[in-house]
Amino acid sequence: MRKICLTVIGIYLLFLNAFSQVKNDSTGTYKNKNLKLEEVNLISGYYNQNGNHSAVTGGIGTQQLSDVSNIIQLKFIRWDDYDRKHTTDIEAALDHHTAASSAFVSKTGTSGKGGTRFYPSVNWKTENERHRTVSGFGLSYSAEYNYHSLGSNLNFSKTSKDKNREFNAKAQVFLDRVKMILPSELVPAPTVIQPRVITSASGRTSYFAGGILGKDDDIPASQRNTFMTSFSLSQVINRNMQISLLADGVLQQGYLGLPFHRVYWKDGSVHVEKLPSQRLKLPVGLRLNYFSGDHVVFRTYYRFYTDSWGLTAHTASLEVPLKITSFLSVSPFYRYYKQTAIDYFAAYGKHTSASAYYTSNYDYSAFKSDYVGINIRMTPPKGILGIRAFNLMEVRAGRYIQTTGLTANNVSVNLRFK
Amino acid sequence: MNKKTWIRLGMLLSLPMAIFGCMPVKQYMKSKLNDGEMELSARKVERGEMNFQAFREGASGGNGGKAGGGCGCN
Repeated sequence: MRKICLTVIGIYLLFLNAFSQVKNDSTGTYKNKNLKLEEVNLISGYYNQNGNHSAVTGGIGTQQLSDVSNIIQLKFIRWDDYDRKHTTDIEAALDHHTAASSAFVSKTGTSGKGGTRFYPSVNWKTENERHRTVSGFGLSYSAEYNYHSLGSNLNFSKTSKDKNREFNAKAQVFLDRVKMILPSELVPAPTVIQPRVITSASGRTSYFAGGILGKDDDIPASQRNTFMTSFSLSQVINRNMQISLLADGVLQQGYLGLPFHRVYWKDGSVHVEKLPSQRLKLPVGLRLNYFSGDHVVFRTYYRFYTDSWGLTAHTASLEVPLKITSFLSVSPFYRYYKQTAIDYFAAYGKHTSASAYYTSNYDYSAFKSDYVGINIRMTPPKGILGIRAFNLMEVRAGRYIQTTGLTANNVSVNLRFK
Repeated sequence: MNKKTWIRLGMLLSLPMAIFGCMPVKQYMKSKLNDGEMELSARKVERGEMNFQAFREGASGGNGGKAGGGCGCN
């Protein structure tokens, strides 16, 4: 009898245990259904350059320029009722530059030297963990005195089941307008129209008060459109190595030069640079990162570029982060770049009337460049200066030298709050 | 683009798969791959230098950044 009672009690306890199991959440994490500010990045930079081949003065003259940029990025996330993660990235950026050559848009050197550019953007994406896909779209805007841009993009990515491979595709459009600010000596003289009485074909008369065509505030603008598709494929090779292949296809149409760039011909006459109204670009890049031992990472990058204007370029860079501790790394880096000239480039005083297209902008000449510098990254677990939310500070500085004689210095800082 | 350029592009696109044998890596083995220094993208702090390189050089794109448009750059 006692044995039967004990058996019954035992079976009853087993039943209780079976029905007391709690269904585990697959991720084990709380998913916030309200919009939450996940991350803030503040990125600031200072850039200065100097050289002697300004395009504003026909390929000669100072290229002295300095630029200060500030960017704020806000990342918001929320989960919906179908377990999909929605991410909204909002960015606002402001650049201010001062360029000595800008003063010589006017032949006497009295034009303004400074300019400010404001460029906000918003991007939204949704992640579906079950299908391992991410899709999204974005809008961007850019405004400076002589250049306005409206952009949009669509993007999609898919990860493999083992999460060792990821494919990304993106389509982007920029609809830009270039204000046609000409060098002062090439601005057409305003046309004065005298007041007069106008008689129409039906015999009606009206009075026209007259006016001036080509006033300063009547500067026309030209269209420049850019259509871009980008693809990337990332692959884990082994525990220490992963690679990524990137390819873009870019088509630009419209006014592709800048109206204040001068070109001096052999006969001494001065003209505005003239470039074809279409350009097809094809850059292909490869990134390979390798973790050697416990303290050294190799970040490598190579890009091959070619376009329909005859320019071919090679870019190669190597960065070696040395992990001093698990939250402090120091990374020296070096970047090499080499390009051929476009078909329409010639130096000051070399173009003739035989050229259908012509420029003396040294950005399109044949040259090599070296860029060397250092990157310092800090991510202490208790936060920078003991502020837990302030979880990353990164400083990067480098010196850039071109064989054209252009030299530049760049320093940037990124502060991240999470 | 001439024949030589197309051959170079084809080699570049097939190079990673040809040289490396891929080994399946489980999620718990990815401690080094998930390190911040191993990210397969440009750092946020590189925005400034990617910008000046797009302005001062004829080539752009192929790096996750802009390849033209949106600014008075090349």
